[in-house]
Amino acid sequence: MSAAGRRRMTGWALVNIIVIVYALFPVCWIISLSFKDPSTLTDGSFIPTEWTWENYHGIFQTSEFTRALINSIGIALISTVIAVVLGTMAAYAVARLRFPGKSLLIGMSLLIAMFPPISLVSPLFNIERIIGIFDTWIGLIIPYMTFSLPLAIYTLSAFFREIPWDLEKAAKVDGATPAQAFRLVIAPLAAPGVFTTAILVFIFCWNDFLFAISLTSTSAARTVPAALAFFTGSSQFAQPTGSIAAAAVVITIPIIIFVLLFQRRIVAGLTSGAVKG
Amino acid sequence: MAEIVLEGITKRYPDGAVAVKDVNLSVGDGEFVILVGPSGCGKSTTLNMIAGLEDITEGTLLIDGQVVNDKTPKDRDIAMVFQSYALYPHMSVRDNMGFALRLAKVDKATIREKVEEAARILDLTEHLDRKPANLSGGQRQRVAMGRAIVRDPKAFLMDEPLSNLDAKLRVQMRTQISRLQQRLGSTTVYVTHDQTEAMTLGDRVVVMRGGVVQQIGTPQRLYEQPKNLFVAGFIGSPAMNFLHATAEDNRLRTSVGALDLSDRLRRSLERHDAPRDLIVGLRPEAFEDAALVDRGRIGSGTTFSVDIDVVESLGSDVYAYFTEDEWQPTATSELAELAADSGVTDTGAGGHQIVTRLNASTQVREGSRAELWVDTAKMHVFDPVSGTNLTLSDEPAD
Amino acid sequence: MTASAPTASQDTPPPKDDRALSEGARQERRLGWLLCAPAVIVMLAVTAYPIVYAVYLSLQRYDLRFPQQAEFVGLSNYGAVLSSEFWWQALWVTVFITVVSVVVELVLGFALALVMHRTIFGRGTVRTAILIPYGIVTVVAAYSWQYAWTPETGYLADLLPSGDAPLTEQWPAIGLIILAEVWKTTPFMALLLLAGLALVPEETLRAAQVDGAGAWQRFFLVTVPLMKPAILVALLFRTLDAFRIFDNIYILTSGAHNTGSVSILGYDNLFTALNLGIGSAISVLIFLCVALIAFAFIKLFGAAAPGSQEGGR
Repeated sequence: MSAAGRRRMTGWALVNIIVIVYALFPVCWIISLSFKDPSTLTDGSFIPTEWTWENYHGIFQTSEFTRALINSIGIALISTVIAVVLGTMAAYAVARLRFPGKSLLIGMSLLIAMFPPISLVSPLFNIERIIGIFDTWIGLIIPYMTFSLPLAIYTLSAFFREIPWDLEKAAKVDGATPAQAFRLVIAPLAAPGVFTTAILVFIFCWNDFLFAISLTSTSAARTVPAALAFFTGSSQFAQPTGSIAAAAVVITIPIIIFVLLFQRRIVAGLTSGAVKG
Repeated sequence: MAEIVLEGITKRYPDGAVAVKDVNLSVGDGEFVILVGPSGCGKSTTLNMIAGLEDITEGTLLIDGQVVNDKTPKDRDIAMVFQSYALYPHMSVRDNMGFALRLAKVDKATIREKVEEAARILDLTEHLDRKPANLSGGQRQRVAMGRAIVRDPKAFLMDEPLSNLDAKLRVQMRTQISRLQQRLGSTTVYVTHDQTEAMTLGDRVVVMRGGVVQQIGTPQRLYEQPKNLFVAGFIGSPAMNFLHATAEDNRLRTSVGALDLSDRLRRSLERHDAPRDLIVGLRPEAFEDAALVDRGRIGSGTTFSVDIDVVESLGSDVYAYFTEDEWQPTATSELAELAADSGVTDTGAGGHQIVTRLNASTQVREGSRAELWVDTAKMHVFDPVSGTNLTLSDEPAD
Repeated sequence: MTASAPTASQDTPPPKDDRALSEGARQERRLGWLLCAPAVIVMLAVTAYPIVYAVYLSLQRYDLRFPQQAEFVGLSNYGAVLSSEFWWQALWVTVFITVVSVVVELVLGFALALVMHRTIFGRGTVRTAILIPYGIVTVVAAYSWQYAWTPETGYLADLLPSGDAPLTEQWPAIGLIILAEVWKTTPFMALLLLAGLALVPEETLRAAQVDGAGAWQRFFLVTVPLMKPAILVALLFRTLDAFRIFDNIYILTSGAHNTGSVSILGYDNLFTALNLGIGSAISVLIFLCVALIAFAFIKLFGAAAPGSQEGGR
């Protein structure tokens, strides 16, 4: 390699490292905190002087965290499934069919994508109390799936549009019923898009904080992000710092797994809906 | 295989636009019929209506004697080759070709046998287990053909199947399709915008423009007896030359001189009650270098001299071009559409270029004056308003 | 040919004469409506109805501690909010945070996008790393920042002169809120811009190079104009998103020391003051602000809202 080439490589390596450090620094810090012994929590050093599993041990002892974790997983999964199913139906129609009112649907979902959630918190709070779904799973699933529907519809319709239209015609001429054309030709091609969308929607639901603290009042439906704000620590007198850090790391793990495994798909999904639109 | 009959087929879209208007066509058993025309002429819409991919607004479509207007593509038993090939990207070549049979619940052994038979005919045997993405353009095209032939359907429909191939491959596949069609004896309707493909492949050719059938006939008939300006200009390469003409006694005055009318032509014009202003159509091969014409024949044509702009030697022939200065752009929509379709409006050259095809031994040179001769017997005369060919003696019976 | 054949646009109103539609087109319409219906019903029921209900609530005196005393008071809640310095303070904080963070994100996002676009190795690694801030739960990141800047616990606070607690002073706290917001959302901006970059043809850039344009000129005279739609979409998305800022502020300062955004103000009125009427009035005002921003974007820049071209198909 020439000297100039080597200098270029070093330059890029440096730039890449800066980007990676930028992205990972806060994550590393919270991980470090979560492994700190309560006695060294306030030493301010970036790397724990003494490593301990105590904080993790602590949070899994309390139902406060485990209950919230179950709520988070359950609510996010159910919302994702419903949003993806409804979104797939609508996106198929948007990408494939001609019908009056399509622009209205697109406009409406765009509007909802821009909607400030706080504007819905007060009416939903009251409505949910009246019909008795306040502080329940369903009370969170409903706003989650609603707010992730636009994301699902955009991402999926972008994926659907890339499936060549002729294939469906070809399947029809080959003797397929519309249902067969969908099941044997369109669905296998759409599956990657649906999967990607599911990941994005799950991240969205997993992330929410505002609805989670507004529409719950007990641990019955409180998700982890909301529960963190109410953490009291493993014992009454301890600062909850270590526990919060450990809980924060636990709910970050699924995100890191998704990112590591499906980096390419997530990038494609995030950008397809917004740019190609 | 079966016969396809279109009776008064019309396609009207909800917004009122008419894509196809009153098409009447009968495709015989085993016949190879080409639908040709510039883009937007309604040829693909017609094909899609035959396939059942678009609804027929008016008219009756019969396949094998049965009215199939309301049948889904599934129940029409036809195979189609798409311009984009429409191969299923997630299936191997084998599964692509066997898909229709699988849907028809044919047993696995038969599917295998038929697919392998088709693969042998199309020379795809070693590619059977590959995915379409790993094939070349020509191979994909053959898979698309294979998918159609394994089914042994009532008819083949082909929608510009060669337009995605490069020029050389297109010529090869053209002959292969022709051979395959003869071998299988299949009723075939083939859509193309390329008049060369239409002329070389079809038993009969249907020329369409703006959703209306202009003429149906054998390639030879379309070439020699075009019914109107559009067909005359669309069929043939290089295209027919058109000149303004004024009728004077027994002659037509044009910018290349006065062209004598034969008795047959004169009678034909009289019968049609021809106007004074006319358009004359001359194919490039109607011209010849005057020095090379037999003394005996020279009287049957007109000799004139022009400045030659460009000479292109093809070896077997020579194309000599000259410019007709007095040409005013015509108001006829046919000529305007033809010009737009062939792109001559975009060349930016002044005047109106005339192409002549001369014998290879001609001595004409670029930039010099030459004596040319034109065979007036091969002249077509058109009504500039209606576009009708006034030289046809009687209605051609197809 | 299909392209030039007249295609029925779904934007045209349905023909009055239903017979003009063939059976197939009617079926297509029915299927289209049927497939969209569940999504439409859900979206309407969970957003349109509540926002109307919020307008209704905002016209009531409605204190959750005394629900029996609810009564119609017209626009007086709006009067109370708009004449309150808390609202204007929160609005200015929100606008400040929005403008500064979006501008910083745009610059930083462009830099990141260029790195990902041009880097000669490790592209996958960089992209993976950059997705972490996007994916991570905002609350988690906010806690990480909070602990980092809190004296005693934090490594970053230790870098400051001792006795400084940046999260307890208005301007430093707002700065840190912006930092947290920028860290979390720049990757999303970068990815949108990266997709836009990919749409700039390499040949056009070469042509500009041959025409004598330097690197900066190529960027500002060729790349940026060609990416305009992508930039506007990214800006629109991020502006509206930043305006709704809640999680970071809630964790970092809880809105203390005049750092609260309008969303925080609405939340506090609802859940701390338990005043549903005032809270709803704030909700409606925020909704109007967001609508105004979106409208301004689309009118001023002609931002092609994502999906708007979909209507043309």
